[in-house]
Amino acid sequence: MQYGISILLSGISLGGQYALIAIGYTMVYGILRLINFAHGDVFMAAGLIMVYLSASLPIGAAVPLMILLTVLLGFVIERAAYKPLRSAPRMSVMISAIGVSYLLQNLATYITGGLPQMYPNLPVLSDQITIAGTSTKMVTVITPFLVVALVIALTQLINHTKIGMAMRAASRDFETAQLMGIKINNVISFTFVIGSLLAAVGSALYFTNYPSIVPLSGSLPGLRAFVAAVFGGIGSIPGAVVGAFLIGLSETVIKSSDWSVFSDAFTFALLIIILVVKPTGLFGEKSTDKV
Amino acid sequence: MSYGGIQALRGIDLEVPDGKIVTLIGANGAGKSTTLRTITGLVKAESGSIQWNGEELLGKSIDKIVAAGIAMSPEGRRVFADLTVLENLKLGAYLRKDKAEIEKDLKWVFELFPRLEERSWQSAGTLSGGEQQMLAVGRALMSRPKLMMLDEPSLGLAPLVVQDIFSIIREINRQGVTVLLIEQNANMALKIADLAYVLETGRITMSGTGAELLANEKVKEAYLGKHR
Repeated sequence: MQYGISILLSGISLGGQYALIAIGYTMVYGILRLINFAHGDVFMAAGLIMVYLSASLPIGAAVPLMILLTVLLGFVIERAAYKPLRSAPRMSVMISAIGVSYLLQNLATYITGGLPQMYPNLPVLSDQITIAGTSTKMVTVITPFLVVALVIALTQLINHTKIGMAMRAASRDFETAQLMGIKINNVISFTFVIGSLLAAVGSALYFTNYPSIVPLSGSLPGLRAFVAAVFGGIGSIPGAVVGAFLIGLSETVIKSSDWSVFSDAFTFALLIIILVVKPTGLFGEKSTDKV
Repeated sequence: MSYGGIQALRGIDLEVPDGKIVTLIGANGAGKSTTLRTITGLVKAESGSIQWNGEELLGKSIDKIVAAGIAMSPEGRRVFADLTVLENLKLGAYLRKDKAEIEKDLKWVFELFPRLEERSWQSAGTLSGGEQQMLAVGRALMSRPKLMMLDEPSLGLAPLVVQDIFSIIREINRQGVTVLLIEQNANMALKIADLAYVLETGRITMSGTGAELLANEKVKEAYLGKHR
């Protein structure tokens, strides 16, 4: 029973971390119809930035600066690699995204020399606590609440602010949105800023559970979050969140069973099944939340 | 004629005098929509000039052109189907900051189109074609334009609804908004137009007052469907 509770808790927590990445995939898809393959690597880069910043700065300054630099990275990637291809076929933009992904991984290999980098201990998040007889890190408890708060804030932003309204309009019809005077490039940049910000927060939560980071640390979590976004219905934010929690839970449950080696196989089998059976995902049918 | 002339692509030369209803009629593919899209900046013209109150519009970004007082109700209405009617109208006023005035214009739009007020919380996709056209016009009005361009407002609508839309276009014009109207329904368009141009394969072949063109034999034959 206690064991069950602790698995449930860490599953939900992992799901929350995936959700923060998945939202970035789903929002960018909603507005550009682009699978931003570099997103998982932005997540990894956020981790590395944290490693280097914490080496010379107090944690209290390093965390906000890490978030800021990750946001800047996401913004620059969009301006440099996607914006020039705005009127190109979608396939070109996707290939550009794959290029950015490899660029970030190789850049990380070059900077780190390929050596695993110790992830710093973050105060509060790394503290040990005991719940239901099992000892875990505070991050496991904090993540779900933080994720829910961020998702609520994001939903408010999208549904009740001017920029949110512009995002929803642009995600449906670029041209008519422009006729309203909306600057489409600003809206797209803003989408990348939000996605990178959430990925940066997600990386602080996720890597706290791991001793170190390597240049490929972003690809698997990124892919799992992508599966979550597809599972929930890509383009839909609630879908991405629900999908991420389900993926996180199932991964944790499988990892704690006798079939632990199959956890990723299960996740990707799920991707294939969704694409075959219900390509629009759980919430994809209703095209209302296409941001 | 304080707006000066509006000159658009393919060597066409047309002028939209202040406070008038001007219509551009022509067959499919004649270049009517392209003309409007060039004025709004959606299409970049290769050469030529678009003058607006003595200001060159060519090469300006779309948002600058909208801010300068030009609004368009696009072909096929293009309302934001997932957004509510009210949100669609608010988006029309996207560039404006004067909240009190926006409220006033919202009231005005609801006066022109009471149906939109009744349905303000519905998503725009649930409206009928006629209501969507009203919304597209209302949305364009929310930017408080000096020049309102309408691309085929009658397309696919029942005759009664078309009459409603046209009487409202007249009403909008009466309140001081210059109107540039593109229509395949030449009969309706010419009846309300002060000035009309006939566009054929990218060139203007005829112009005159609406009444003149209505009486013109060539126009009758080609656009009003009155074969002998």
